[in-house]
Amino acid sequence: MSTAADAPTPGPVDTPPQDALKLEDVDITYRVRGRDLVTVHDVSFRIGRAESYGLVGESGSGKSTIALAVVRYLARNGRVSRGRIEIDGRDVYSLNEGDLRKLRQHDVSMVYQEPGRALNPTLRVGSQVAEVFEIAGEAKAQARDRAEQMLEKVRISDPAGVMNRYPHQLSGGMLQRVVIAMALATDPSLLILDEATTALDATVEAEVLELVTALREEFHTSLLVISHNLAVIAKMCDRVGVLYGGELMEEGPAQELLHDPRNPYTVGLLRCIPRRDTVKTNHTLDTIPGFPPSPGEVEKGCVFADRCGLVQDRCRTENPPLYDAGSGRQSRCHFWEIAQTLPRVVSPVPGAAAVAPGEGEILVSAEDVSKTFHMEGETIHGLVDVSLEVRAGETLGLVGESGSGKTTLARVLLGLTEPDKGATLEIQGTRLPEHAGRRTRDQRKSLQIVFQNPDSALNRRHSIRRLLSRSLSKLGGYSGDALLNRLKTLLSEVRLADRYLPMRPGQLSGGLKQRVAIARAFAGDPKIVVCDEPTSALDVSVQAAILNLLNDLQRREQVSYLFISHDLGVVRYLSDRIAVLYLGRIMELGSAEQVWGAPHHPYTEALLSAVPTLDNGGGKRDRIKLEGEIPSAANPPTGCVFHTRCPRFLGDICVNTEPPLAEEEPGHSIRCHIPLEELRRLQSEEVSVGAGD
Amino acid sequence: MSIVDVPVESTGAIQAGQREVRRDLLRGLSKSPMFIIGAVVLLFWIVCAIFGPTIAPHDPLVQNLEAINRSPSSSHWFGTDQLGRDVFSRVIVGVRDVMIIAPLATLLGTVLGTIIGLVMGYYRGLVDDTLGRFVEAFLALPLVVTGLIALSTLGRSNLVLIIVIGVLFTPLIARTVRAAVLLERELDYVSAARLRGERGPYIMFVEILPNVFAPIMVEFTVRLAYAIFAILTLTFLGVGVQPPTADWALDISANFGVVPAGYWWEVTFAAIAIITLIVAVTLISDSIQATLEDQ
Repeated sequence: MSTAADAPTPGPVDTPPQDALKLEDVDITYRVRGRDLVTVHDVSFRIGRAESYGLVGESGSGKSTIALAVVRYLARNGRVSRGRIEIDGRDVYSLNEGDLRKLRQHDVSMVYQEPGRALNPTLRVGSQVAEVFEIAGEAKAQARDRAEQMLEKVRISDPAGVMNRYPHQLSGGMLQRVVIAMALATDPSLLILDEATTALDATVEAEVLELVTALREEFHTSLLVISHNLAVIAKMCDRVGVLYGGELMEEGPAQELLHDPRNPYTVGLLRCIPRRDTVKTNHTLDTIPGFPPSPGEVEKGCVFADRCGLVQDRCRTENPPLYDAGSGRQSRCHFWEIAQTLPRVVSPVPGAAAVAPGEGEILVSAEDVSKTFHMEGETIHGLVDVSLEVRAGETLGLVGESGSGKTTLARVLLGLTEPDKGATLEIQGTRLPEHAGRRTRDQRKSLQIVFQNPDSALNRRHSIRRLLSRSLSKLGGYSGDALLNRLKTLLSEVRLADRYLPMRPGQLSGGLKQRVAIARAFAGDPKIVVCDEPTSALDVSVQAAILNLLNDLQRREQVSYLFISHDLGVVRYLSDRIAVLYLGRIMELGSAEQVWGAPHHPYTEALLSAVPTLDNGGGKRDRIKLEGEIPSAANPPTGCVFHTRCPRFLGDICVNTEPPLAEEEPGHSIRCHIPLEELRRLQSEEVSVGAGD
Repeated sequence: MSIVDVPVESTGAIQAGQREVRRDLLRGLSKSPMFIIGAVVLLFWIVCAIFGPTIAPHDPLVQNLEAINRSPSSSHWFGTDQLGRDVFSRVIVGVRDVMIIAPLATLLGTVLGTIIGLVMGYYRGLVDDTLGRFVEAFLALPLVVTGLIALSTLGRSNLVLIIVIGVLFTPLIARTVRAAVLLERELDYVSAARLRGERGPYIMFVEILPNVFAPIMVEFTVRLAYAIFAILTLTFLGVGVQPPTADWALDISANFGVVPAGYWWEVTFAAIAIITLIVAVTLISDSIQATLEDQ
């Protein structure tokens, strides 16, 4: 073995390298059970100095594999089988161990999705941040000072206090900031963010994204942002690469690419996303039919050919190269010029709306629902005096940050969590027992749920046939031939083929599993279905299909939905009425137009402005800032619970007196001391300022 | 039913689903050398337990006072003991009682423990606390000492041996099952079953039980090795399998006094047999555990 010292180090070249990261014709291969699977094929891109580059793609597209390959963190059975990866002009794969360590130490940092797992739970945060500086060669005391400064840079208001705490004592957003502080501590030239904000609430996500943008300017760091969320990419990145099936389908400047896509896949993907002006009554979301290819499945031709509406014979025989699509853009499509003419899979306009919002009969009402949890000596107020009703045929959207009580409210309605004494639940005018076990079959079958995670919601040991048949017999009262017939119609209603019946959930894709879960909820002809984040575990294109299905079922079966989601775009698309929850209290309740349009509660205002969307030119407008963390429900603020973060904070009255949830206009209630007219004035000012850009 | 506008999910799904390699336990095990060695050895002893008397070259019970304490030779591969019985034949046949008692005792403990564990984990609260006290009390009982007392008072029979070991294993298995059920009951499919109006027993045995089968199986094989060891120990102490049955522990207990006289074969081969059986079962349980963890 030749010693590394003798070998010429592939190190700094004479001229300063142009690119922070350069991938050239990279193939990444995994060896799985004796077979080579090419998971990333022929990917080339470069990230310039201080440039921000986004990689988007659905699950399995190879985006995280690329991120791992860049720092040589591929699993043992994976390798870069072709091409070159260069960081600062140095070939990552010809570095020896020592140089590789130095590269990871000084030049590249990564931030992953789960900040909690990036930190050691047994060590105080301070010593973990300081360690980064110690490794860089600072003395212990000095390292701690630097750590404190760094935490201040990531806008942690009490850095000394945070340093003395353990990771589990900090919130997700705070932890992610700590991780970013550690990542930037050595002033790296490249920072890789792999779904770094996916697990965070919208308001926290917005803050972290802004922080990264600001720090990037300060540190002149190049960014590689990996996300499934196109809006995040739009907000953060100068240029974007769209990955599909391990290949780069399209690349170009972010704004141009997202508003004028030149590849059928990008066109289809963008059509799947609910936009600001699309609601269920005027627009059906488009979907991408079929399923992504598994690695190595497509041997010849375009990887997207099987799902593409513009497919021609040529696409199946000839691998499309990356065509130059003008103004720094490239597209891997033989027909990129006509990509926008991709035919729609579903008709854009659905049938007539079922019932006008707020006009159907009241199906379920909850009055004065409170729920107090007692945990380790602490009293946590999960819900405080919540009253609302769900009417026939409508969708009531429940929004709020995590910990706001959305799921608790749903569980109380379903009878899975018993509310505190004094709550009244009614279904169609009759009293609803608080415990699901004490409800009649009619009451039980009227109220069903589609859970967030189908892996948890479907018993993995039972076949699809068994899962659905049991619900049909227990809830629908079917048996024998009637059951078989109903099972068939149920399957066709959720568009599942008969051949899935003998399979177990583990053999189905995420979207199919969620269809089974929806079928189960509809087995007893429910009146209300609670949808608890039904699409948040799914890819964008699958999400669109599921939302269309829910919409379609609602129109046909006249069912009402209680729709819980943290994705405001999805709630906006589906909901007729909206309830905004904060720390277990309803802050605002009204029809969708009333809640989304000004005047609305300052919290709703802040929530809406926090969400990155594709519609506002990448979110360059000024955001209404929500300061600080969500307070603990064990120790909520006095007066108005939102006063600690309120952008329109008035003064003592907010601190001392809790405002009532007052009906300010017909069907629209707001819990705020500021009168509606004043809110209207304040928020219209904001809008006219916002309209300027 | 109106005509649907989106085609039924394309056939890609089913392929994608099946390709999503369903690594069966058996397929995983068949690749584990540890498991194969353990299974071969165990299979050998199972064959001996069933066909022992036909395989054995001599009748293990026939005494030949003309040929006592003979060292291993071509006519007596493992030599003869103090009564002139063929040691090889006694080792072959000696596995039989252990092979009957140990699995039955372990099965009894597993069934009882699974029921108690399911009830504790599913109902929690007062039920869990109450049963938990009993489980803890039983856990404190040392297996061999308790077995010794129970067998001396209740009488020395294989049935009592099975019951005593089964009952003493119950809390150990209950504890494992309870821990698995506590995790499982938080999953949404349990909530979905409750919303369907299912009763506790249905949820426990039809919904949850199949999902906690893996830890139960691991616990069963671990306990099986302990059961074999406990039975042999109790037999050695004189309260287990009774003479004149050919049994490893009985032979060791009867003959270890003559080892200093140089008659090592009368004890050593039975001891080696015990080691192979326990190691085989342990190898199987370890490899099952490792394979399940991989999945």
